[in-house]
Amino acid sequence: MLSRTAEHLYWMARYLERAETTARLLEVGARNALLPDASGGYRNDWEAVLQAKSTLEEFRDKYGEPNQRNIETWLFFDADNPSSVLSCINAARENARVVRTALTAPVWDAINTAFQELKQHQRTERSKLDMTDLTEWTVRNCHLVRGCVLATQLRNDGYEFMGLGNSLERADNTARLIDVKYYVLLPSLSYVGSGLDQSQWALLLQSMTAQRAFNWTYSGEITAQKIAHLLILNRKFPRSLLSCVQWSCDHLDNLAALYQTGTRAQEVAHRLLEDLDRATVDDIFDEGLHEFLARFMARNAGLATTVQDVYLNGIPA
Amino acid sequence: MSAKLASIFNEMMNGGDVRTAYQNLEKWYRSMPSELRSLKQTEAESLFRRVGITFAVYGEGGDPERLIPFDMFPRVLTAEEWRKLDKGIRQRAAALNAFLCDVYGRREIIRAGRIPEHLVTNNEAYEKAAIGFMPPRGVFSHIVGVDLVRTGPDQFYVLEDNCRTPSGVSYMLQNREIMMRMFPQLFMENRIAPVDGYANALKKTLASVAPKKCMAEPNIVILTPGQYNSAYYEHSFLADLMGVELVEGQDLFVEGDFVWMKTTEGPKKVDVIYRRIDDSFLDPLCFKPESMLGVPGLMNVYRSGGVTICSAPGAGVADDKAIYTYVPEMIRFYLGEEPVLENVPTWQCAKKDDCKYVLEHLPELVVKEVHGSGGYGMLVGPKADKSTIEAFAAKIRDKPDNYIAQPTLALSACPTFVEEGIAPRHVDLRPYCLVGESIELVPGGLTRVALTEGSLVVNSSQGGGVKDTWVLAE
Repeated sequence: MLSRTAEHLYWMARYLERAETTARLLEVGARNALLPDASGGYRNDWEAVLQAKSTLEEFRDKYGEPNQRNIETWLFFDADNPSSVLSCINAARENARVVRTALTAPVWDAINTAFQELKQHQRTERSKLDMTDLTEWTVRNCHLVRGCVLATQLRNDGYEFMGLGNSLERADNTARLIDVKYYVLLPSLSYVGSGLDQSQWALLLQSMTAQRAFNWTYSGEITAQKIAHLLILNRKFPRSLLSCVQWSCDHLDNLAALYQTGTRAQEVAHRLLEDLDRATVDDIFDEGLHEFLARFMARNAGLATTVQDVYLNGIPA
Repeated sequence: MSAKLASIFNEMMNGGDVRTAYQNLEKWYRSMPSELRSLKQTEAESLFRRVGITFAVYGEGGDPERLIPFDMFPRVLTAEEWRKLDKGIRQRAAALNAFLCDVYGRREIIRAGRIPEHLVTNNEAYEKAAIGFMPPRGVFSHIVGVDLVRTGPDQFYVLEDNCRTPSGVSYMLQNREIMMRMFPQLFMENRIAPVDGYANALKKTLASVAPKKCMAEPNIVILTPGQYNSAYYEHSFLADLMGVELVEGQDLFVEGDFVWMKTTEGPKKVDVIYRRIDDSFLDPLCFKPESMLGVPGLMNVYRSGGVTICSAPGAGVADDKAIYTYVPEMIRFYLGEEPVLENVPTWQCAKKDDCKYVLEHLPELVVKEVHGSGGYGMLVGPKADKSTIEAFAAKIRDKPDNYIAQPTLALSACPTFVEEGIAPRHVDLRPYCLVGESIELVPGGLTRVALTEGSLVVNSSQGGGVKDTWVLAE
């Protein structure tokens, strides 16, 4: 497969996953704003949402103080924001368009239709748009594309590169989502048992569609340790860091089998997997959740760079 | 309707009667409720958008991805009409290739005095780097697009030849695809020759001209200037149908005696390049040094037989408008046959007498630039006002070599959907002839239609649309 083709497939998958994460954050932020806060007003978690996308500064430069309407515009429709849903879906579609020959008709159709519909939304008056509909629309379309890939793509190298883009991006996004709320997971005495604590945890789970998963998986009362375990170390949960890294390893192993030769990328991925597999929640809290997450994101990014170097730059390994 | 329009051949009609070939279609049109028609039109457009069949227009503002207007009323050619076209097009494609081999080789036709030397050697498209090199199977132009117009029941003219990289074949294929999807019953009621063998035939043609050095199954690629090219959709569409890689210049490199492409498994040798970029961009070491689209060193590999380039560099000299006048002569010279298809009578402004005649008759002629394309830089005499004609006359006097002129032909018209129902609109036809080990021609082509009433310009960049083109099975 052409290196450039592989690269476009890989980025197409990354941007789609990123669009979905932005939409999820938007939904969480909007819900959060409906909850009363301790001072008698409503809670404002928007800053945290912007921080999760590393985009607070750019937002302030353009709009000033955060208010819901502006933030929704910024995160959904603003082409100046590289991680807005619009920017991500446009970028995914642009990558797909260049390598249409490597996609099945249903996959292309799903991406292109989403792109065309989004243009319609863009032309619609904002007052006629419901933000919840839009975030649901986004998540549904991302599911649709992944479903089409799963159901129709040849299991060749292109499939593995799409999968890799998906797993590497999801690992990064999950870590970011946890990091923005890491303080609610800190086993600090002052929070324990308070109502605030419970709803913050619920929100974190919700952002990853993990509430039910949590209840099915863990018995007894909700604790920070259990939530951290679910989101970081639980192999059953498809967005956990361990699941994502396992997923990256699987795709890289498949590539090695297909090409009948391994590369540095497999080694780097498996080292990350082993370290994560050995870790316990206590280790993580001992290191500091925030520090642990920062270290994970850096290693995951390092893996992405290695993949780029050995497969996507077109220079013989 | 003016007397002038009445004298135009309407391909559906024979006097006051509907021709047999169109009878089913005419019934189909009559029985179609107008709501259904607009519904189907919308459906067709959304299909084009969804599949992504667009042509890109960058730098003009607005949506860069445009649709070519699709007219649902098919154009029909009878088996008998096609037999003649088929024979004439194959003949032309063979002669054009014989001419190319000759002018880059022994130049017999020039020595025989059948074509003036300066027209060939002073031609911009005459590629010095191609002199003395014989491409595999002696084929320079592997895909020949022959543009035809019709003026009467039995009168077709060749308007021009396209020997480099004629585009539009994806529309021929997709127009059919969409018609079959929307109106399957039409295809049950009419026996229509299929066109979907084109991709397979193209791949076979390309494989058949692999270099001698290629020992295994040839690795074929399509070389595109990239996603911002107006025909990018077509490039990717053809690559997909043939199951070959669509590459850009940056994906290829030269090492040793071969061209390689960069893959996730390391370099892979390339044997046949179906290029959709112009000669001058192919190799910055040989042509334009600033070209970012090409591959440095490509021409060296080509000339040493390491890779085949389709069409071969230099093929353009055969489709130049000044050379065009001599194609009937080529047919006689190389094939010893009389041309099956006629040229449009053409005055060459480079000739003194012709130029004089042209300047005196500008209001009734169509004047074209010798190297122009896409309907730009031309004068349509009967449609132009006095000042436009005078300005053009000055340009001709300034550079007579640069122009040819033809009579304004009464182009045939086909029924086309318009606001009020159907109305005749002018059409042309471009079939795609493949030349490799054998000459292949799928029964059909691209019909372009001038959607504006009375307009003769069918180019998509200037308000033209497309139609499905039916050749009725024998």
